[in-house]
Amino acid sequence: MNTIYMDNNATTQVDPAVFEEMQPYFTELYGNPSSMHRFGGQVGQKLKEARERVATLLNCDPAEIIFTSCGSESDNTAIRSALKAQPEKRRIVTTRVEHPAVLSLCKYLEKKEGYTVTYLGTDEHGRLDMDEYKAAVTPDTAIVSIMWANNETGNIHPIEEMAKIAKDKGVIFHTDAVQAVGKVPIDLEAMPIDMLSLSGHKLHAPKGVGALFVRKRLPFRPFLIGGHQEGSRRAGTENTTGIIALGKACQLAQENMEEENTRVRTLRDKLEKGILTTIPDSILNGDKDNRLPNTANISFGYVEGEAILLMMDQLGICASSGSACTSGSLEPSHVLRAMGVPFTFAHGSIRFSLSRFNTEEEVDFVLGALPKIIENLRKLSPFSADKEAPACAKSFSE
Amino acid sequence: MWEYTDKVKDHFLNPRNVGQIEDADGVGEVGSLACGDALTLYIKVKDNVITDAKFQTFGCASAIASSSALTELLVGKTVEEAEQITNKDIADYLGGLPREKMHCSVMGQEALEQAIKNMRGEAPPRAEHEHEGELICECFGVYDEEILRAIKENDLKTVEDITNFTKAGGGCGKCIDDLERLLAEARGEGVCETPGETPDYPAKGMTNIERMHLIGSVINEEVRPMLQADGGDVMLVDIDRKLVTVKLMGMCTNCPSSKLTLTNVVENKLREKVDPQIKVREA
Repeated sequence: MNTIYMDNNATTQVDPAVFEEMQPYFTELYGNPSSMHRFGGQVGQKLKEARERVATLLNCDPAEIIFTSCGSESDNTAIRSALKAQPEKRRIVTTRVEHPAVLSLCKYLEKKEGYTVTYLGTDEHGRLDMDEYKAAVTPDTAIVSIMWANNETGNIHPIEEMAKIAKDKGVIFHTDAVQAVGKVPIDLEAMPIDMLSLSGHKLHAPKGVGALFVRKRLPFRPFLIGGHQEGSRRAGTENTTGIIALGKACQLAQENMEEENTRVRTLRDKLEKGILTTIPDSILNGDKDNRLPNTANISFGYVEGEAILLMMDQLGICASSGSACTSGSLEPSHVLRAMGVPFTFAHGSIRFSLSRFNTEEEVDFVLGALPKIIENLRKLSPFSADKEAPACAKSFSE
Repeated sequence: MWEYTDKVKDHFLNPRNVGQIEDADGVGEVGSLACGDALTLYIKVKDNVITDAKFQTFGCASAIASSSALTELLVGKTVEEAEQITNKDIADYLGGLPREKMHCSVMGQEALEQAIKNMRGEAPPRAEHEHEGELICECFGVYDEEILRAIKENDLKTVEDITNFTKAGGGCGKCIDDLERLLAEARGEGVCETPGETPDYPAKGMTNIERMHLIGSVINEEVRPMLQADGGDVMLVDIDRKLVTVKLMGMCTNCPSSKLTLTNVVENKLREKVDPQIKVREA
């Protein structure tokens, strides 16, 4: 049985070219980049190259890149740094649809350290209200942290406009761009973003490496204190192989972004259209016109997400669900709930996220298999559109 | 990914007895779309023996497997034998369920009770519970009586256990304090039922003043040094019968594990050294 991997917002396959680039640094070139000898120095040179490659993709100065272990570390570093650098400011602005790396930290800061956090809501398509945002950002706000693209729906937020508003009010602006980097053109020279987080394993580098962009002259307080690595901004011996891989992944993204986006979007659209037209009571979650090109979040009424996932798994199809039962929590996805997706549909949501490695044959296979899976589960279910359809669910269908 | 037994997987992928019984003698419906799982159980009874059982389930793999297992367990049993089936029997039949999924087996047990009541004319097919008790979890509509029963029948020890078995506390979390209270109550009931078996404990027979002094000295001499070693501290604020109120200080104030410190360190030590029914809360 072949694996059809459509869960690329969770993690991606390491690109063979990326793997090739990092491989010698496990075995032959294993020096410490901080060492004074040439054996370590050559690794230091390679790290420099990786930093330049990341900076090129983001159009910023390499000195503005700090390598970290993951997106969560980058997010935590950014937010905690802003708070420590401005102890007189006690407010944070974020959204209800952030990744737990930001959301859980904000809830912790609110509960344990007494910060006031404003969580911006969304409309039914997951779009933020700019008037609400403008009102929320006040001069006593220490940091605004808003994701560039949502991991569940793929929604792209108007980050440039939001960063400008924050800048006008003298407020530090951070964006969790973990899902956006490599899929969306980013020009940090042109955008007044102060800090930006990214993660290697979302763009075909391995897990365990990330980066944080910190604009020059921004007050910064390290999260990890120890040695002088990363310009004394993040202590700890560098994950050299991971960083080298991240550099290569960024270079590949830079070179192929437009072409890949077009190809992946075509596949995604075919998948999405096929599902929505062949499976009754299925709806698209998110902003139809302003999303990442690889993401389709679809809810199936009257069936439960984990059951769908496991049925797909029997056929080798990998995707994700915002269903409560997949996570061990009992509430469905906080993102879908924030968007007001009715329970009827929120429990049966499936996220398909594609990558450069998906093929049209795979899309066809899923389109062939999924209607039967949903039909079989609906036969088991005591509910149906005729039997029990809350008014809110009906109005949500397109 | 959940670790399901082969039997759970088999009953999920090849569920037995799916469907409706048009002329069912008893029908039980539990759960809802909002809750994320629901089960309708149909039973056919002849000469007091369950001759057929069918189900329709909306839910995850373990909900479907539990429903399927329940119908397999039912057929051939007398009504009285069926009444003895518990959620544990359903889970055992499947070779176990992940602890977080035990509420699926509880749903089976509840549907069975409703179906038998319906058969006897005591309840409508759709389970409209007539609760005399208190609604504890508004998110999932769980009452105190269901929680107390789950605690007793499954020997639940923690709030997390209660959530796994009943869903209560799995939503907004506002009812967590109530769940802790019910856990304490359930423990207390056990003591009352068998007063002769109450084990001795250090504070037994002490006057209130003696007991308060003992609590103070345990906190000062045994609890504080432990917390101080990690840069934290604790101060005794109040004692109201079995309820001890303390204030966490130093590193404990900002520690993400402060709730655990409160229960695992402060409360456990006081229970061990003073009275096993003591409950500790933060000021």
